[in-house]
Amino acid sequence: MTRTTYRRWKGRLFVAIMGSALLLCLVPLGSLLWTLVSRGGSVINFHFLTGSWAPVGEPSGIAHAIVGSLCLLGIASLLAIPLGLANGMFLARRGQTKLAGFIRLLLDVMAGIPAIVVGVFIYNTVVRHGAFSIGTGFSMLSGGLALGMIMLPIFARTAEEALRLVPSSVDEAGLALGLTQRRVILRIVLRAAVPGVVTGMFLSVARVAGEAAPLLFTAFGSNEWPQSPMKPTGSLPQLLFDYARQPFETLVRQAWGAALVLVVLILLVRLGTHGVVRWRYGPGGDL
Amino acid sequence: MRSLMLTARSPIGDESRKAATDATRIDPARLAVENLKAGYGRLEVLKGITLTLPGRALTAIMGPSGCGKSTFIRCINRLHEENAGAWVRGGIRLDGQDIYGSSLDPTVLRRRIGMVFQRPNPFPTFNIYANVAAGLRLNGMRKRSLLDERVEKSLRRAALWDEVKDRLNKPGTSLSGGQQQRLCIARALAVEPEILLLDEPCSALDPVATERIEELLGDLKRDYTLVMVTHNIQQAARIADRTVFLLMGDLIEEGSTSDLFTNPKDPRTESFISGRFG
Repeated sequence: MTRTTYRRWKGRLFVAIMGSALLLCLVPLGSLLWTLVSRGGSVINFHFLTGSWAPVGEPSGIAHAIVGSLCLLGIASLLAIPLGLANGMFLARRGQTKLAGFIRLLLDVMAGIPAIVVGVFIYNTVVRHGAFSIGTGFSMLSGGLALGMIMLPIFARTAEEALRLVPSSVDEAGLALGLTQRRVILRIVLRAAVPGVVTGMFLSVARVAGEAAPLLFTAFGSNEWPQSPMKPTGSLPQLLFDYARQPFETLVRQAWGAALVLVVLILLVRLGTHGVVRWRYGPGGDL
Repeated sequence: MRSLMLTARSPIGDESRKAATDATRIDPARLAVENLKAGYGRLEVLKGITLTLPGRALTAIMGPSGCGKSTFIRCINRLHEENAGAWVRGGIRLDGQDIYGSSLDPTVLRRRIGMVFQRPNPFPTFNIYANVAAGLRLNGMRKRSLLDERVEKSLRRAALWDEVKDRLNKPGTSLSGGQQQRLCIARALAVEPEILLLDEPCSALDPVATERIEELLGDLKRDYTLVMVTHNIQQAARIADRTVFLLMGDLIEEGSTSDLFTNPKDPRTESFISGRFG
């Protein structure tokens, strides 16, 4: 065997090993999607997606939970995205200072707090009536706050990483054109980092979209359509959690259906943002 | 000093001015630097520089690495002070006006004094058009026809128009290194500065791209005041009208390029240009 053929076969062997490792990683994903579709697919119909809760036996839907989830994620995003972006910009552009090191440490600690502890914390400081608490009662607002608190550190650090990829020579070029620091950061650096920032935004939303634990103590859950930020609100993960524990076969099947809807929604949002970002902000984009 | 200023201030020149001889073209004292000291924290990079820089001419600032060349030109557009711990003392006057005076906003100054950097740094993800138009748009120019006109004019001035006119919507980073550097020159010219600072604009480029940039600078110096940092002695000799030699933060010698190269007064200048150090 010549040296070249030996090397060629060695190359093929390693490509084969890596290919099978990739397939091995895809097995759990495929199996999960297949289980969801096979068990939950049958309950999905128009009424299931647009109707709200009905007593067992009557045709029932999960739209109230879908809308509830969207409201909770909206509140969480309103809180976490501006704050996280501000943090990310500060860390990416003034990252060498002592204050930045301290903030980074705090964000890392925050990211490590278990979701259920965040739920208990918000319960004690926002939900509970009494001393040292805002006392909103179980509410959509408190649920959104809890989700936002989980989102914030994840988004801030990914935004930092995305903004850091824009070299500081770009800042100097902007300043040298007579632009203010603020314009340079917001219109050039942020603009160049949009794909990464949006990906981080999406990842952090997807991360909390599936959280049920922090909502148990805050949004509490409801079978009604969401009514006001101050009222208890249902959500997809919590509906899944509640229905899956019921003795009724129909509710368990609805839980599978809800799980499938949750996964498909996240997938759709992901593909949608990816498409928009590539189209509007990809390489060669206009200002 | 204002009395010395020529009346025509438009940087895009007319043919008659191009035909003028060097002696009448050059404005002898556009920028006056007085005892300029600058540094970071306790480190003093510039130790008191005093000189005048002529208008509508190319002045080369040369010297070995770390002598303060870049710091010097970064003081002229007040970019130096953007670094953490940076400080500046002494004064620089542009047409007699103190650029470090409290009445002058650095962003306004920087629109009059453009800058091109060592490594081509087009704005990432911006297309070619957006790169050139960035300075205008972000300072508030909205009208498309006006922008189109300025972008074309700047790209033509930077000798890049013919190469990119059919792909203005392609990313600026898709161009070759030399083209990217000319794109950066076009981006700086688009805001219509009077002075252009160049920080070793050819050091990241190959000889062919360097030659193109040098030709371009030779053309631009008829209309603009160019101040170029270089550690390339031959480059200074080829294209500069005046040459300034800095060493360890001190001004060693300055004069017309031909004088400085043929008849250096200071022995240190002589050893530098004959290649004994640096």
